[in-house]
Amino acid sequence: MSNPGNLKYTASHEWVKTEADGTLTVGITDHAQELLGDMVFVEAPTAGRKLKAKEECAVVESVKAAADVYAPVSGTVTAANSELDGTPEAINSDPYGAWIFKMKPDNAADVAALLDATAYQAVVDSEAH
Amino acid sequence: MPSLKQTPLNAAHRAMGAKMVDFGGWDMPVNYGSQIEEHHQVRNDCGMFDVSHMRVVDVKGEGARAFLRHLLANNVDKLTVPGKALYSTMLLENGGVIDDLIVYFMREDWFRIVVNAGTADNDLAWMKQQAAQHAPQLTIVDHPELAMIAVQGPNARTKVWEALPGSKELSEHLIPFSAVEMGSMFIARTGYTGEDGFEIMLPAKAAPFFWATLAEHGVKPIGLGARDTLRLEAGMNLYGHDMNERVGPLESGLAWTVDLKSPRDFIGKAALLAHPPTLKLVGLLLLDRGVLRDHQHVHSAHGEGEITSGSFSPTLEKSIALARVPNGVQIGDSVQVAVRDKMLAARVVKYPFARNGKGLV
Repeated sequence: MSNPGNLKYTASHEWVKTEADGTLTVGITDHAQELLGDMVFVEAPTAGRKLKAKEECAVVESVKAAADVYAPVSGTVTAANSELDGTPEAINSDPYGAWIFKMKPDNAADVAALLDATAYQAVVDSEAH
Repeated sequence: MPSLKQTPLNAAHRAMGAKMVDFGGWDMPVNYGSQIEEHHQVRNDCGMFDVSHMRVVDVKGEGARAFLRHLLANNVDKLTVPGKALYSTMLLENGGVIDDLIVYFMREDWFRIVVNAGTADNDLAWMKQQAAQHAPQLTIVDHPELAMIAVQGPNARTKVWEALPGSKELSEHLIPFSAVEMGSMFIARTGYTGEDGFEIMLPAKAAPFFWATLAEHGVKPIGLGARDTLRLEAGMNLYGHDMNERVGPLESGLAWTVDLKSPRDFIGKAALLAHPPTLKLVGLLLLDRGVLRDHQHVHSAHGEGEITSGSFSPTLEKSIALARVPNGVQIGDSVQVAVRDKMLAARVVKYPFARNGKGLV
């Protein structure tokens, strides 16, 4: 699966989508779900929580391992995807649809500084070596 | 980085789309897609595992039984019928576990032992050292040239019989935990999943063809990921996790494999008798949401313990674990497990958690 060009990415394997109202939707990349394998549990941050960029804010657990999800930028959580409580495997089948949380960034400009799809792919490729 | 060791089926795994990982120095398949689907495949139908990284060691010569009577914590005198197998630990003098293994009695001058991959070299050195002291007439020979394929699940035996002409007549009446030779193959009704099936040793050269033949008969390949959740559900110990050289069998849920009743002496017996266990292995079922993992701390009314094997159970769709806890902890007790920054509720349960296709908890 290629990384959608309309999203931004982090080196820690989150994807970030900027919605029309400026809210950010955050999930983990196809590469990340592929590494982790079958998802069995997702712990998302609660709405209202203040996040600092690169802070651990959610946990995804596969059969194999637990992995932290990091805040892509500083801001405030506005929603968590409660559907993942019952269907964590959606992250495996539809990584760019199964979002984990939404947040309002403190500075919209921070998002522009994240990786684009090409730069993120370079990160993935470098990890493979 | 030193290059990884490969089994004779390495190319076959890659051709089947396996995700390969470094497993104790071996390049092994962790899954071929979905670990959970592979787990269910074995519980509900059957699947095949490449376990060629495990080591076959033959003990041959006069006095083999007497030597093993001394070497192993379980008593090989329980083996009276040729082909019969016994699960045992092999202990240090201080009672710590060097490895767990299966020993097959073939003839009075031939016992076959299968040991874990990661401990194989250490095991072999120990066995040779002990033989040099106590039974120098014996030959202890390992067989890295043998591959091993496990076919497990309710339909496993039927599939093997279809794929391997002549095997049905020989193995149809094999009782569980026994083996029979078929030419250069060795067919054992043993496994590490809690399901019926066979573990088949065969020359490395013949392994790719046999693997492909099983696949043609519809047997799906299963990775080491599902192997671990299957054995955990079945309540089977994993060396290095549930016991090791610092933790003895009596604190690892393996008292049933240690013969302390007979007058026979064996390596580690004195230490086991001198130090009655204060800890024991129990099953845990997580009541809160989350996943139990190795080394998480367990808090009970009787003191602290530690998870030795924790994962998600695909059969129960809940997280389960084996944990070493103080002796006072009883089945049914409520305990707390420290998972990251939270304390999660778990119940102490009897294990196995699942066997023969069904959840038991």
